[in-house]
Amino acid sequence: MGRTVLVTGAGDAWGSRVLALLRRDPGVGRLIAVDRRLPPKRLPDVEFLYTDVRRPTLVPLLAERAVDTVVHLDVREAPLTPGEGRSTVKENNVLGTMQLLGACQKVPGLRRLVVRSSTQVYGSAAREPAVFGEDSPPRAAAGDGFARDVAEVEGYVRGFARRRPEVAVTVLRFAHLLGPASDSRMAAYFRLPVLPTVFGHDPRLQLVHEDDALEVVGGAVAEPGLGAGVFNVAGDGVLTLTQAARRLGRPTVPVLSPLTPWVGAALRTVGVSGLSAEQFRSLMAGRVARTALLREARGGSLPHSTAETFADFVAAHGGGPLAPERLSRMVGRLEEVVRRG
Amino acid sequence: MADAKVIPFDEGERRSLRAGKAGVGDGGDAPVGEAGEAGESALERGLEFLRRRLTGAYEVDDFGFDRELTDEVLMPLLRPVFERYFRVDVRGIENVPAEGGALIVANHSGTLPWDGLMAQVAVRERHPAERRLRLLAADLVFQLPVVNELARKAGHTLACAEDAQELLERGELVGVMPEGFKGIGKPFAERYRLQRFGRGGFVATALRARVPIVPCSIVGAEEIHPMVGNARTVARLLGLPYFPLTPTFPWLGPLGAVPLPTKWTIEFGEPIETGDQPPEAAEDPMLMFQLTDQVRETIQHTLYKLLMARRSVFF
Repeated sequence: MGRTVLVTGAGDAWGSRVLALLRRDPGVGRLIAVDRRLPPKRLPDVEFLYTDVRRPTLVPLLAERAVDTVVHLDVREAPLTPGEGRSTVKENNVLGTMQLLGACQKVPGLRRLVVRSSTQVYGSAAREPAVFGEDSPPRAAAGDGFARDVAEVEGYVRGFARRRPEVAVTVLRFAHLLGPASDSRMAAYFRLPVLPTVFGHDPRLQLVHEDDALEVVGGAVAEPGLGAGVFNVAGDGVLTLTQAARRLGRPTVPVLSPLTPWVGAALRTVGVSGLSAEQFRSLMAGRVARTALLREARGGSLPHSTAETFADFVAAHGGGPLAPERLSRMVGRLEEVVRRG
Repeated sequence: MADAKVIPFDEGERRSLRAGKAGVGDGGDAPVGEAGEAGESALERGLEFLRRRLTGAYEVDDFGFDRELTDEVLMPLLRPVFERYFRVDVRGIENVPAEGGALIVANHSGTLPWDGLMAQVAVRERHPAERRLRLLAADLVFQLPVVNELARKAGHTLACAEDAQELLERGELVGVMPEGFKGIGKPFAERYRLQRFGRGGFVATALRARVPIVPCSIVGAEEIHPMVGNARTVARLLGLPYFPLTPTFPWLGPLGAVPLPTKWTIEFGEPIETGDQPPEAAEDPMLMFQLTDQVRETIQHTLYKLLMARRSVFF
């Protein structure tokens, strides 16, 4: 009889892939998925429980099934369903985590807790270092949106780790997740036909490929795992936003920073979502997290660098009006003209 | 202009470097064949550069340093200022290590940070290893639109212990001006008088990274914008640390912001090794103060020495 693993927030496409990966782990005996929505497709040998982590129904569940590993992926940036407001997202992230941790505390057999977090916890401002390590102190309450949620979630997780020192708690701070079929915030942004940017700012972006993120979650759950602690999860290297836009072949429209809230609101009214005031703010400074701890724990860099992750996305969604190949040909033609002339 | 040295521009090496880079980039259908022939024209290079910029086929490091943009655009813009305008005389460049991390500590003056930029050009142009100086800049630089973008691309980063240590541990040459706004925004009457060196955090950083500290004295920058007054109210309104009043600024508008063509000297002093200190030395406040004072004294003495030897402000 292998271990019993409970996964929260497994209802989206990426979550299903996490489940499929864990299913293949021979150490995992029983796999339980919990979410507010049903997964896109049924997975064999996965017990799916349609419930809300915000409700205190998890305690009997965790105790009854003798869960020893909890993988908490239900920390989301984007709303689960399009109509959901920011307050629901926050409630789900913060209250959901509180409920889950409360339940976890009552289960004596729990051995391991893996929590999804984000490098957005480091905030994004001019007064902050360019490269953050896991030990960088949390910065000035990290604004309001998702960054604040993550900071609060991590706060509760730290409290739990203090109260239950025998549970190995692994916090994975993911950079922006991106993949060819990704439905993340970043992917939604890069799918816009024209990319609004903040005038005079060219943020550095650090990405992590969805496949690599999967592998890291799998690695954290498996024996012996990554070990307890906080890990930044990101591909090597960075891209600046303009560089990314050029590789993607999309034009950028710089917006003066005082106007960004209005531009975001205006875009939302015409049905273009994915550009909150927060996202605009994060388009100003950008952030890069040091990944030395993760490299050490898993013995090497992630398979995809930031540039390769983005290239994968470009292969699926690129080819805009300013596609690199087209521009390259234009430069070639210009060269010919100049030569002849 | 008498002792303005013209250093031959090492074309060959740069070109081969560039050719190597172009091969790595994924800029689509790059032209092949012709590049091997001897006369790779400026046109071709320019177009190749344009192609890479337009298609995003260039690299930036974690701090946002864009080597190609710096070498091809920013440095060529600054080089004439360095060679012709300020006619910078660089001394003691051999004191800058040829490889590995080192912390260059310099005095700061001149209202606008031309001194930092000139130190960056000096290290790039005059050092045999063509090293790149990564300057630590105030947070104000990273709040201003456009300026923050350019600063990051030129390899500068925020003056904080985390970034400094990270760069030093990666074996980079880091430049810091510990006087900060106190130095750059000081009145003309106090020229060449070093201000307080912060709390000496730079020494702790160098000790932790176990890299040498190279004192650097810059003469000439004090007189580029003689700051005779400081409009404090205006500065507060604009959220700036100081608002300079010089004989020409703001009276002549933007023209008044053109620096005076003074003659500069940048002298790098002998490195102060930190490698022989025990690892816990960074936690010892007395040692910290002592080393900070040592660096400060070295720079101050060199400044006085250079000033004594200076014939005139402009020649």
